[in-house]
Amino acid sequence: MIGRHRHLVGLEGLSREEILQVLDLATSMKEVLSRPVKKVPSLRGKTVVNLFFETSTRTRSSFEIAAKVLSADALNWTASASSVTKGETLLDTAKNLEAMRPDVLVVRHAASGAPNFLARHVACAVVSAGDGAHEHPSQGLLDCFTLRERLGALEGRTVAIVGDISHSRVARSDLHSLPKLGARVRLCGPPTMIPKGVEALGATVHHDLRSAVEGADAVVMLRIQHERIGDPLIPNTREYSKFWGLNARKAAEWLKPGAVILHPGPINRGVELSSDVADGPHSVILDQVQNGVAVRMAILYLLAGGSAEGPRPEKA
Amino acid sequence: MNAEAVGRAVRRMAREILERARAAGDVDSLAMVGIRRGGIHLAERLRDEIGRAVGSPPPLGTLDIALYRDDLAARGVAPVVGPTDIRFRLEGRTIVLADDVLYTGRTVRAALDELVDFGRPRRVWLAVLVDRGGRELPIAADFAGAQLDVPQEEDVQVHWREAGAAEDAVVIRARRGS
Repeated sequence: MIGRHRHLVGLEGLSREEILQVLDLATSMKEVLSRPVKKVPSLRGKTVVNLFFETSTRTRSSFEIAAKVLSADALNWTASASSVTKGETLLDTAKNLEAMRPDVLVVRHAASGAPNFLARHVACAVVSAGDGAHEHPSQGLLDCFTLRERLGALEGRTVAIVGDISHSRVARSDLHSLPKLGARVRLCGPPTMIPKGVEALGATVHHDLRSAVEGADAVVMLRIQHERIGDPLIPNTREYSKFWGLNARKAAEWLKPGAVILHPGPINRGVELSSDVADGPHSVILDQVQNGVAVRMAILYLLAGGSAEGPRPEKA
Repeated sequence: MNAEAVGRAVRRMAREILERARAAGDVDSLAMVGIRRGGIHLAERLRDEIGRAVGSPPPLGTLDIALYRDDLAARGVAPVVGPTDIRFRLEGRTIVLADDVLYTGRTVRAALDELVDFGRPRRVWLAVLVDRGGRELPIAADFAGAQLDVPQEEDVQVHWREAGAAEDAVVIRARRGS
């Protein structure tokens, strides 16, 4: 359980305390990753099924490693190599997998709400690994974890999220978590990529990159979600890069000295980030990947039966 | 046990540990590892006592055994996971594993499992402030501050000053909910 929740389908419904519960536990989990033997027996005998209807490298591997470090058995199931290509429905697929009695089902799907739907129909815990343009909760949590690790407490800090906000589930999960930890969020991108009324979620909107990143403690750069865009929203990527991309010159002139740059990956080098910035001193992109394993260990541990709070067990 | 008795017990244990370490020629390779949370205070005090006696305190680490418990499935709810922190190599060392109360032995079993995942110590001794009996596994303390025979319906609690208690004390009281 994460606080009151048996599933993790998004960060919108999580309270500040529930988010902190995962982040604090992830700190302990991260220590496990630095041990000589990177394996602890806590989820021995539990099964984690990765059910991926969309392509993924980072997230799926990350959940798989997280499960294995905790000694759970991890089963990977990708749609392109499955009965879905033979016409099976999402619910039938899930029901069949459920019959194999997994403890946690990790789902990625192109349709927003698919994890929610499954959570209502299966007995095991469901974790969203990204659904459409809705949310990507484990990414949101690892962004919070990385920012907390780099900046300390997030109260009063400013985070700029730049790019295709409309189609980004990462932006949405960040928006549902960072303000709860006290951070101020600025959104920046072409007007066609900023959803109307997004200020209601507690963010300010900027259409000029410089005004968005100047004075910010952190900048989250996003990829253009070409796969979720029908009609073109920008003239071309070269123009996008000129106005909304971050290169070394802009970073040097506009960013605060200690500011960090995040990116959920995969990076389109030369579009939203130039290589010298992606690999430069401000970048914490590879920290994010490492922290992702720790955060997903915490999520799996909590949902497969663990708890990070409540009374200590009696002395044994 | 009152504060004075706890202090006496800790000093006596430190003396006994040193005697045995000297006999084995192991004083230089001694290291303390406390099991979170009560065992940390015992480990710190033993380290300080030994440090005073030999001039330099042995290194100290902490273990949190939450991820090594064998009852996650049975309990449904796992305990708090805290940090484990061992910054020295275990190879060739004599480790004094410290906990406040020894009961079923399951915590020590988990701690040993976790410890050997960090390396291969030369030997491990177990030091506990209170051995209350009731073992469910074949585990025994090498050094005990007190041996008590406490019935199952009762709890042994150790209050340490370091954990906010007004003074050190060992208290036996009826288990909550029974």
